[in-house]
Amino acid sequence: MDAIWQSYKAWIIAGGVLLVLVWSSLFVVPETEQAVVLRNGRPVTVVNKFRPNQDFGQTGAGIWYRLPIIDRVVSVSKQVLDVDMQRQEVLSRDQRRLEVDAYARFRVIDPVRMVQTAGSTERLEEQLRPILNSVLRQQLGTRNFQALLTAERGAAMDQIRSGLDKEAREYGAQVIDVRIKRADLPPGPSLETAYTRMQTARKQESDTIRAQGQKQAQIIRAEAEATASKTYADAFNKDPQFYDFYRAMQSYDTVFSGQSEKDTSIVLSPDNEYLRQFRGGR
Amino acid sequence: MRTMGGSVKDAILAMAGKSPWGSSPGQGGGPEGDDTRGEAGGGGEKPRNPWLPGGSDEPGTTGRKAANIEDLFRNRPGKRGPGGNFPRLPQAPGGRSWLPLIGVGVASLWLLLGSVHQIGPKEEGIVTTFGQYSRTMGPGLKLTAPWPIQKVEIEDVTSIRTDTIPEGEAEKLMLTGDQNLVDLSYIVRWNIKDLKLHTFQLANPDETVQQVAEAAMRATIAEVTLDQALSGAGRAQVEQSVRTRMQALLDAYRSGVAVQGVEIKKADPPTAVVDAFREVLAAQQDAQSDINRARAWAEQVTARAEGEAEAFDKVYAQYRLAPEVTRRRMYYETMERVLSQTDKTIVETGGVVPYLPLPEVRKSTKPPSASASASSPTSQGGR
Repeated sequence: MDAIWQSYKAWIIAGGVLLVLVWSSLFVVPETEQAVVLRNGRPVTVVNKFRPNQDFGQTGAGIWYRLPIIDRVVSVSKQVLDVDMQRQEVLSRDQRRLEVDAYARFRVIDPVRMVQTAGSTERLEEQLRPILNSVLRQQLGTRNFQALLTAERGAAMDQIRSGLDKEAREYGAQVIDVRIKRADLPPGPSLETAYTRMQTARKQESDTIRAQGQKQAQIIRAEAEATASKTYADAFNKDPQFYDFYRAMQSYDTVFSGQSEKDTSIVLSPDNEYLRQFRGGR
Repeated sequence: MRTMGGSVKDAILAMAGKSPWGSSPGQGGGPEGDDTRGEAGGGGEKPRNPWLPGGSDEPGTTGRKAANIEDLFRNRPGKRGPGGNFPRLPQAPGGRSWLPLIGVGVASLWLLLGSVHQIGPKEEGIVTTFGQYSRTMGPGLKLTAPWPIQKVEIEDVTSIRTDTIPEGEAEKLMLTGDQNLVDLSYIVRWNIKDLKLHTFQLANPDETVQQVAEAAMRATIAEVTLDQALSGAGRAQVEQSVRTRMQALLDAYRSGVAVQGVEIKKADPPTAVVDAFREVLAAQQDAQSDINRARAWAEQVTARAEGEAEAFDKVYAQYRLAPEVTRRRMYYETMERVLSQTDKTIVETGGVVPYLPLPEVRKSTKPPSASASASSPTSQGGR
């Protein structure tokens, strides 16, 4: 070992220095990042810059060089990043409160500008968040509560997106999409009134159902009575005279007979039809 | 080292009062060991007392001699060998260093670990060369260049991942299109359809899937009414719509994620108003029972009518055959029944003023109208 050291001392040192030199002048840019090479603070090159619809493998990612010590490499994400907006109350045009939670997806398309303005993606997110808040507030404030909930969201979102995009371009970023994640009624009076409205709506529904049930029942009864009436009429109309007699007989039976106590008195005249034979007949 | 080891041994031997060339087995392989070997070999044939130093057995003695402390101590350094008090790597054959061999071993291990990759049946591997994407490897045993040059990231692609939103049992209220609230929880099932995009395109794909699901679900629920959201048919429609929306958004982000399905696990009215919803169910039950009762009554009424009509028809059929006789018969039969069960008073007409002892005639307190009216139909019926 000693012998090797002694005889190849110069070579070993030279090799080491070369290795360090190579190591510090080459750097790796992964697919997920773009790199800005700064020389004395001024951007010189951009490696693996984002281009739309470029397939991975054909990008500029890979190994790249720089001047050691003089050049500084700043990595900027190439991926789709997101800004999450904190939950906040938005007032709609018809003065109703809505708690909104949104997110924006963006990507850095101009890393040089990004590095010069915001510095890092975290800082960029911090810059974009208040802008998103104000754009959202402004756009949603011009719409009715109902419109916020339904299909018009699409149009609103587009306007918010383009509004935010305009601001984000200043930082070298492109806003791909803005979405409202949540739109809720804030707790307190708004929620309570919503609950009350739901309750009364249900009350109305249940009352209607009950009334409808009663109505149906009445109709069914009336129909039954009509049917019965028709049945009677059809049968009895064959001979109304006989019906009269027949029914009278039934009626006498029901009224006068069948009672356990003899509490009915009948005063008969001998002229009575029943007693015709009683008088010796004619 | 070797010289030092020797001197230590000499010193100990000197302390024991024995000659340095006494009787040490000296197998350590030092220059001294060579000197002692001849003597040590002399006594090596028969079984020995293990506590005895090998060389101290004299060829003549037969019995076993107990080891004394001197002997034990004397042999210690000899057994250790000349390497001193710490172990030493055995020497490579030919007296060369182990260094190249170790180097080769480490290098081959590095090659083996860095370039052979086992990819499971559900997995795929992304190969990057100095950070740049080069290819995607399917399942099997695959080779790449070793670590600093190529890097492999293996990910499970076919397994379905499941996200439950919200996690836990907390109430999650969403606004429906008719400005009502619904408590909703759902499951999103997805997997990776393009590992390359999934790996490189999004900063945090898993979170993105959840956010997109949330946005899509909210947007869809805002388009349906509460009743639709609660009903089975409406749910299926919502699930389908959310899935389509999610896929469209994720494709727009080029996320490489395929949404396999969205299932609504629970869609309930909020707990604050759940009683009102139960009341609706109760009302439905009430209405149904009202209708049922009416139906039962209707059945009775119509059945009775039919029965009576049928009875009349039968009697009438007989009457038609012999009207006069039947009529008489019926009249007398009825009169019999009626008069046999009532008090009868027959008053002769013709100048006699009838005296009616009403309080006696009527034993009960029946209204007189009953008897008064009774006489007129009787006389009528006779006609």
